[in-house]
Amino acid sequence: MKKFAILVTVLVGAILVWGATDFPQWGDPNSPASTHVSDRYITEAYSASHVPNLVSAILADYRNFDTMFETTVVFTAGTAIFLILRLPLGPLARRRNSKHPQAERHPLPRDPILEMACRILFPPTHLFGLYVLTHGHYSPGGGFQAGVILGASFILLAIGFDLRAILARFPEGLFKPLAALGVLLYVGLGVLCLLLGGNFLDYEALRVLAPGISSAMIRSHGILIVECGVTLTVGSVIFGIYANLVSRGNHEGGL
Amino acid sequence: MSVIEHNFIYLFFVVLLMIGLYGAIAKVNLVKKLFGLTIFQTAIILFYVSIGQKKGAAIPILEVGHGHQALPDVVAAHYINPLPHVLMLTAIVVGVATVGVALAVIQRLYAEYGTVEEDEILEKIVRS
Repeated sequence: MKKFAILVTVLVGAILVWGATDFPQWGDPNSPASTHVSDRYITEAYSASHVPNLVSAILADYRNFDTMFETTVVFTAGTAIFLILRLPLGPLARRRNSKHPQAERHPLPRDPILEMACRILFPPTHLFGLYVLTHGHYSPGGGFQAGVILGASFILLAIGFDLRAILARFPEGLFKPLAALGVLLYVGLGVLCLLLGGNFLDYEALRVLAPGISSAMIRSHGILIVECGVTLTVGSVIFGIYANLVSRGNHEGGL
Repeated sequence: MSVIEHNFIYLFFVVLLMIGLYGAIAKVNLVKKLFGLTIFQTAIILFYVSIGQKKGAAIPILEVGHGHQALPDVVAAHYINPLPHVLMLTAIVVGVATVGVALAVIQRLYAEYGTVEEDEILEKIVRS
């Protein structure tokens, strides 16, 4: 098995190095990847959407469908983890569990220094996540990054305190609907555009609701709404993945 | 030899990808296999992001003040290609989510068979 693996690995590596000989020079502004559509994105994105952060503009406007389905994939992954871990055990595990009943979990000792540190760190982390979301148009940031930071702030609390303590305040009944709400916000905005007579996720149709705003500005606002949806989904799913994985799906105890 | 001369960085990604591929194939422990796949994914993400590089260009955020509506004079060669960044931004988060799914499956396998070694699990499936 090891020899086979080494053979395959070396073969793949050799093919890739051979392929890399045909690559354009690294960092060449005239390489095929950096011309054509990419140039158009850079020169036209600002006048079309008034978003200086080109990554946000492309993510939530030009490549809207891609991002929508990526958000759906994240949501589906969160749901899948929940379902996989909650399925009833099979015959082998049941037999073993009846022979060796699982040891009782001892509650972890509380550490006041750790708890205080997490207590102090949590609000700035949370605030920073919201900053990354709302300032994603003008600086590095956006929905996905903000969602990960928000999810991480909840995970910090879950590690510093106890999983049960944080789940009492941010229960599964809250974060699962929030994840679904994020996808709903994204797709709902698309359907709203459709109902107002535009194409799916074509924000310009929203001008009917807010006359007096330029078409570029309405795109900017549409991008913000979509990013909010992404943040909700990613943040809740990241925390949901953690909460389910550390407690084997039953939310009792955990790390 | 143009690879070593101009595209030295691609060799780094190839090596990283080979490490990941070897781990995914040769390791018997499912968690280590997952590590291999994650390293493989990292190599591809780094490769994509490196494609967007342009010599002497700035990050793809235009230098416009808040509230300015005037169109700045944008030259494409002054900003690096934002497209690979967009693609990999979503790929990283989706990668985290899929690694979570893989870990959940491994956890279930452990609960069912009491081991995460692939050969032992196969043995137990054959025996039962």
